[in-house]
Amino acid sequence: MLILQCPYCGVMADETELSPGGEAHLTREGPGASDDAFHDYLFMRENPKGVHFERWRHAYGCGKWFHAARCTTTLQVFGTYKAQTTEPPKDIRDRITKARPGWTWRDYA
Amino acid sequence: MSDVKSVTALGGKSFGGLVRVAEAPLQGMITVRGDLGLASVKEAATGLTKAEMPATGRIETGAEGAIAWMSPDELLVLCAYADAAPSVPKMEDTMAKDFASAADVSDARAMFRLEGALSREVLAKLSPADLSVEGCAVGQMRRTRLAQVPAAIWFTDDETASVICFRSVADYVFALLKTAAQPGSAVGLAPAG
Repeated sequence: MLILQCPYCGVMADETELSPGGEAHLTREGPGASDDAFHDYLFMRENPKGVHFERWRHAYGCGKWFHAARCTTTLQVFGTYKAQTTEPPKDIRDRITKARPGWTWRDYA
Repeated sequence: MSDVKSVTALGGKSFGGLVRVAEAPLQGMITVRGDLGLASVKEAATGLTKAEMPATGRIETGAEGAIAWMSPDELLVLCAYADAAPSVPKMEDTMAKDFASAADVSDARAMFRLEGALSREVLAKLSPADLSVEGCAVGQMRRTRLAQVPAAIWFTDDETASVICFRSVADYVFALLKTAAQPGSAVGLAPAG
């Protein structure tokens, strides 16, 4: 069971109170993007075994979108942070480094 | 239309089991949306209820009603049923200059009250939320789900809980609460206190 703390209301929300929103920090390629960039945006996802960054919505609560950093194998949660963030914050990355030295996700490490 | 009498969803049904479950009488409810830091939003909500602005995740009770924090940009103002409809235009006026709105949702919601030492246990059977004394103290507003539908739960004292859900699922929620409060179905969690 996955329990994430909503960074907006502070509630420890159970997985069933949340809606999954897929991978975090995607760059939305719009019109004018190259075919390759648009293809990658549409289809290419990380799907890692280990550290992952995701979007979740507190659907049965305050209704806000937020980000979560967790491990896909152990369900360890490294932290949650607000949606108004374009890349994983430093403190979350530091926490992951402490728990999973040598981790990488896209270009982050 | 104007002489149509307002009724609650279930006509005030009640059930006595592990706890007493009863549909609350008509309750005025106004949803206020906007930046909760705005003075006009505060004034609109506190002016009607004489309650203080709630902190994140809290509900504050005042002389004329209560204000519940629902999300970073939403309040639920509880007031007398008859006051809700006339108050909305006044609140809209108060907030006219800002990007904020008020809506009377009294007839779109249903409210239940649970009374009894096992109130927390009965609700905890239906929700993934931590409804222990520590997890959901008196004065906290917990939006969660009861089985398959959204609900907002708060405790007015250690043995009394209020539940707000959508009116369309009032029958379902009442059935849930009745089932969870069946005599003999206690699961032995420590009662409140």
